[in-house]
Amino acid sequence: MDKVDAIIVGGGLAGLTAAYHLASAGRQVILLERGDAPGSKNVTGGRLYVEPIREYLPGIIAEAPLERHVVKEIITVLSDDASAQLEYANESWRREPYMSYTVLRATFDGWLAEKAGEKGAFVIPKKKVDALLWEDGRVAGIKAGDEEIGAHIVIAADGALSFLAEKAGLRKPLEPRSYAVGIKEIYHLDAGTIEDRFGLLPGEGAANLFVGAVTRGMFGGGFLYTNRDTLSLGIVVGIDDLSKQKNPIAASQLMEEFSHRPEVQRWIKGGTLKEYAAHVISEAGAGGIPRLYTDGMLVAGDAAGFSLNLGLTVRGMEFAIASGAIAAGVADEALTQGDMSAAFLARYEQKLRESFVLADMETFRHTRNVLENKRLFTVYPQFFSELLAALFAIGPGKKEALYATAKAVARKYILNWEGCKDLLSMRKM
Amino acid sequence: MKVEEKIALDAMKNDRVSHIQLDQKICAACPERMCIAVCPAHLYSLEETGEMMVEYAGCLECGSCQIACIHKSIDWNYPADGCGVQYRYG
Repeated sequence: MDKVDAIIVGGGLAGLTAAYHLASAGRQVILLERGDAPGSKNVTGGRLYVEPIREYLPGIIAEAPLERHVVKEIITVLSDDASAQLEYANESWRREPYMSYTVLRATFDGWLAEKAGEKGAFVIPKKKVDALLWEDGRVAGIKAGDEEIGAHIVIAADGALSFLAEKAGLRKPLEPRSYAVGIKEIYHLDAGTIEDRFGLLPGEGAANLFVGAVTRGMFGGGFLYTNRDTLSLGIVVGIDDLSKQKNPIAASQLMEEFSHRPEVQRWIKGGTLKEYAAHVISEAGAGGIPRLYTDGMLVAGDAAGFSLNLGLTVRGMEFAIASGAIAAGVADEALTQGDMSAAFLARYEQKLRESFVLADMETFRHTRNVLENKRLFTVYPQFFSELLAALFAIGPGKKEALYATAKAVARKYILNWEGCKDLLSMRKM
Repeated sequence: MKVEEKIALDAMKNDRVSHIQLDQKICAACPERMCIAVCPAHLYSLEETGEMMVEYAGCLECGSCQIACIHKSIDWNYPADGCGVQYRYG
């Protein structure tokens, strides 16, 4: 069978970055994307941290169609009928190089596909890959409908559900405990209105994280990002928790309730809903990474479980770009050596370990166990809310000393054995 | 706003056949029916006949249902070439 150098499955950030680099190296690359265009099946929260990826998209990242650079971080702690908000702004974030940008995937991925195409990669949309082709126990290409395309190496960048990694026996079926579902709504507002509302200069952006009552005690939270002339508003909820609710509330209902909170309405009021999207997110951290290679195939991006939730920051896109670039580098070497064996491809994992991808995943290996603690989503927001309520309250008669008030509320919620255990568990972060 | 109205805003190209197949025997014996709450598009429902239904046309292709269904009733594939949801923002 005739073979191309490389087939890449999936037009997301990992696949497109791999295609860009392999084509730049002069390799014959075909990228297959099941949607209308690269990006059309992809969803982010989202924000991209650019510093880690500059070296993996050298030169071109500066021209990428990003939305707004984030200069302001807002954290909102919600209880059922109250909220507290912390706003952190840093003047240095207003100067280049900017640390992070908000991003929309249809635009961003479309741009990256163009760049890969300019280098000579064949990016083919509307092509769903159904299966892998095997030859003497090695991956030797793909099947899409009736078509078979042979390749010396396949890069599976087919997203969080990665059917290819499963078919290649690299990962087990996905477990509810390891995944969350993200739901996102896009609201259109004029750029000027966004800037006025959030106190931003033209081009500047804000990120707002919501914790507490958003998910009714389930694992997860809410987010809001400012784009050029839209807002990305959403929630993330653990699939296991959603499944095990005693009085089930639909995920869509949680999203609807969240968008009606006054703490959210103040931002989105008057906005027009443009899109309703959903996507799964791996929450398993380092524990959720499958085997990353087999004879003739590498796995990159979300397909490889590269996503990291640290509570205040959630990352995936940087890992996708870096792992796509690293996979391309190893694939290029393998093609030069004519050795696509698992033994040779093992250097992919080695290089990921030397990069921030597996290094960060490893450093934060135990974060998941800390974040799984339900008290973070129930007891602590409630404590915080009641503490502020008690400190601000003036009723009839004498007011207790502030310290005594605080101590009484803390006793009720956190000055106990459970609280002590929580504090100890934080060391793992 | 109802979730059906939200989904109606999305660009969708419907396939003629469903990309989601349920095993009604497994569904009939399922005590949890977690798919109903988990699906962000709220596409799963229990008919009066006792049969589980899924409105595949509004699927956002997140795959949450097949992860949640620990009884393995849901046979879920991506819709055919160029079909399904096409995110314009994402």
